[in-house]
Amino acid sequence: MNGQTPISIRNLSVFYGDLQVLKDVSLDIPANRITVIIGPSGCGKTTLLKSLNRLLDDTEGVRIRGQVVLDGEDIYAPRTEVTRIRKKMGLLSQRPQVLPMSIYENVAYGPRIHGLRARRDLDRRVEHYLQVAGLWDEVKDRLREPASVLSVGQQQRLCLARGLAVEPEIILGDEPTSALDPQSSQNVERRLAELKRDYTVVVVTHILRQARRVADYLAFLYLGELVEHGPAADVFAAPRDPRTRAYLTGEIS
Amino acid sequence: MRLLKDALARRAMGLVAALPALLVLLIVAGLFLKSKAILAVEPLSKLLFSSAWHPLKGEFGLLPFITGTVWVTVTALVLAVPVSILAAIYLSEYAPRWVREGAKPVVDLLAGLPSVVYGVWGVILVVPFVGNVLAPLAGVHSSGYSILAGGIVLAIMTFPTIIHVTLEVFASVPQALRDASLSLGATRWETTRHVVLRKGAQGILAASVLGFSRAFGETMAVLMVVGNVPAVPRSLFDAGYPLPALIANNYGEMMSVPSYDAALMTAALVLTLIVLFFNVLARRILVRVERRVR
Repeated sequence: MNGQTPISIRNLSVFYGDLQVLKDVSLDIPANRITVIIGPSGCGKTTLLKSLNRLLDDTEGVRIRGQVVLDGEDIYAPRTEVTRIRKKMGLLSQRPQVLPMSIYENVAYGPRIHGLRARRDLDRRVEHYLQVAGLWDEVKDRLREPASVLSVGQQQRLCLARGLAVEPEIILGDEPTSALDPQSSQNVERRLAELKRDYTVVVVTHILRQARRVADYLAFLYLGELVEHGPAADVFAAPRDPRTRAYLTGEIS
Repeated sequence: MRLLKDALARRAMGLVAALPALLVLLIVAGLFLKSKAILAVEPLSKLLFSSAWHPLKGEFGLLPFITGTVWVTVTALVLAVPVSILAAIYLSEYAPRWVREGAKPVVDLLAGLPSVVYGVWGVILVVPFVGNVLAPLAGVHSSGYSILAGGIVLAIMTFPTIIHVTLEVFASVPQALRDASLSLGATRWETTRHVVLRKGAQGILAASVLGFSRAFGETMAVLMVVGNVPAVPRSLFDAGYPLPALIANNYGEMMSVPSYDAALMTAALVLTLIVLFFNVLARRILVRVERRVR
């Protein structure tokens, strides 16, 4: 652990109407590590993840209390510009969401929005991040085809390349392998493990074995409450809270 | 026994399902038979492209009516499509839920108003507006009963249809796809323009075509404001005489004039074929768009 905390969540509570989905969550996310948030379905994992890049803003009837501090800045402060916050994070969703455009355009979309216009720079950026995502060799001859022709596994890697192309600091993954076959899942997991050299990675999953494989730091959410968190090896080896123990042994799921 | 029932049910339902298609064929065939009386004596090109409409002299040039129909419809769509799409974008992407949920029933109500109501409203409001405000602005003289008045009334009638369908198209775009664009740091407008509109392009086209089909055949409201002068219109402020109005105004009258009945049937046939043509065209465009965007 190098001591940096790019994201610091402080006393975060989220309500959908009268329903409280997150209860006073505080968590420091370590830099250049894979932090895995585990917990049963409906325990608030996705909400927690989406609160990190303010994707909850547009949800009807949502109320957010507390702070998320990114690089020393409270992202929920009224003067904070939401697009700048989001640019700092790449998101991988449960099912790959390719944009209705070509493979090339999918990756170029983000950089273009942020003002990169020169063809050469765009070409270079697209190639570079397709390579980082491990997709370049498979698509280099058909960059103009619609992204929807790719297999689901390829689409997810395309989404990864797209997210990386805006040059974020953090990668968020919302059960990013849940729609993929085992081989594609493994491929994505391997990418994430490589990427933590340069990025801070936060992944939500309900697959315990996946958490064991990739997690450096582990956080266990249960019914909206952050029950336990710590270095993954410690939590797996010796969970302190009985609920964590019950979850890890499969008594609750 | 149960299997027999199953087979019977399948046959019966298949037959019922085939009925609408059969009906279209029957209508076209019927109109064709009825218009044969005039098609036999007059060359088709003369009927379609002559602007001489003198039933008493036996001259039945349909060109004024065809152009009238096209002018009114195109005017209506030029006005209605952009406005409807912008309204739908606002309601779907920007408006808070209570506005959206409040607007939907109003939109549907507008779609359900009888067209004669729109006609009356057009006569009271739109016709004087065109005659006294727009025409002087454009530096021409017009009674107000004009292509433009017909187009405006028709546009207002087609909005609800286009808005309704477009809203449904937007609703079918998954939120996760919007999130994907937003999470790259795109603004809501960028997301709407590059993702939602593109994803919904074919649906929006379909919505417009639906509006088109309705606009072409719309009779009552247009008839009341368009002036009904059988001449090829030369400007938006001229009166026109669309095909449906021609048929509605004259069918059943003046049956003493030979071939009049058949000429009107030809008009109906032409109208039906125009609508069919545009439907087929739209379908082909849809297929192409589908292949391109997906």
